[in-house]
Amino acid sequence: MEHITTDICIIGAGPVGLFAVFEAGLLKMRCHLIDVLPQVGGQLSEIYPQKPIYDIPGFPVVNAQDLVNGLMDQIEPFKPGFSLGERVDHLERLDDGTFIVRTNESTEVHSKVVVIAGGLGCFEPRKPAIDGLESFEGKGVSYMVRNPETYRDKKLVLSGGGDSALDWTIFLSEIASEVTLVHRGDTFRGAPDSAEKVFDLAKSGKINLVLQSHITAISGNGHLKQVTVQGKDNEIRNLETDYLIPLFGLTPKLGPIAEWGLNIDKSAIEVNTLDYSTNIDGIFAIGDINTYPGKLKLILCGFHEAALMAQSAFKYVYPDQKLSFKYTTVYGVNTF
Amino acid sequence: MIHIKVEDNKGEVQNLEIPEGINLNLMETLKAYEYPIRATCGGMALCSDCHCEVLEGWEKLPEAQEQELITLDSRPDASSASRLACQIKLADEINGLSIRLIGESE
Repeated sequence: MEHITTDICIIGAGPVGLFAVFEAGLLKMRCHLIDVLPQVGGQLSEIYPQKPIYDIPGFPVVNAQDLVNGLMDQIEPFKPGFSLGERVDHLERLDDGTFIVRTNESTEVHSKVVVIAGGLGCFEPRKPAIDGLESFEGKGVSYMVRNPETYRDKKLVLSGGGDSALDWTIFLSEIASEVTLVHRGDTFRGAPDSAEKVFDLAKSGKINLVLQSHITAISGNGHLKQVTVQGKDNEIRNLETDYLIPLFGLTPKLGPIAEWGLNIDKSAIEVNTLDYSTNIDGIFAIGDINTYPGKLKLILCGFHEAALMAQSAFKYVYPDQKLSFKYTTVYGVNTF
Repeated sequence: MIHIKVEDNKGEVQNLEIPEGINLNLMETLKAYEYPIRATCGGMALCSDCHCEVLEGWEKLPEAQEQELITLDSRPDASSASRLACQIKLADEINGLSIRLIGESE
């Protein structure tokens, strides 16, 4: 178990969470960020890294990933800590008003302030609507490939038509005893090279390709044993398998945040626009995750929220100090 | 007026009368009519929150572009009648369209 002590624990390493490090840093507050995604940048890096953004002040146009890279450069002097690829599962307020934030990987962050900059929530695998699917999770059903060796000499069914379905089908065809890829279409729109390779593997009999079909049922006795597939022509087939890996990308879900006693309205956290504080003392919410009258889900609004949050967070980190507002143009960026 | 029949995730059906000349796509229009479509990507055909099934009027719609088709491929519940509302421009041609919303709500 890793134990980290910091001033501010920021949940979410999207653009607003990253900029919060800068605003906190100017006030000599150290930050640690946690994000469920394996990389920083939130939606920008996960959903639209190559898209241009036109409403960042001072940049007539900026590529989403370039903005993330710029923010990382901007906060580097403040040496933030990162726990990436970890989901915050637990948040506890201690008697002295400080917080313990714990992740699914048992990382514990002890902080004086918690800032939730979680965008639309945790990115989680999109699950197909199959009865009983969740009861087989960990018992033959998984939504990502953590350790390919798990599948050595086993029978696998993968479903999906995107890049990850193609890439894992190719990779696992060398490891598993039998690989079947089920896809609702009859073509793949992902990387043409990968698509061609999958068709070649099917032609040479190394994998089974079941096109224009979808999985309608799964069954087993304690562990997955069979997947039922229905074709466009309504033909039904049962496939014996050890594992099913549905690969349909990620979608954000509010997740455990909903259980922390925060006031929530339509999957967003209600905040006071004075400083973007929540109903729990010492917890702030900034960026797309919060809601208030007039809220606009814009990165630039999130940046503004981060600045005001930091001014207010100061009193939790330095309760005995008086805060005087300073311009970077006068004082520069005094790093740690 | 452009008439569009919309069935929401709860099965409630509404006939919308939308004034012509609004420069919006169907996802934005539905949000303006207070349908709680999450629209994570804001209309770039990248998230599929505005995934809908076209019940009537498929022939009125322009063909889906590559990005829309790629994104629909990532939906386990996509069918041959699937479209992304953000990629449908509001225009006279789609008068009489009937859709069912099946994407993620706020």
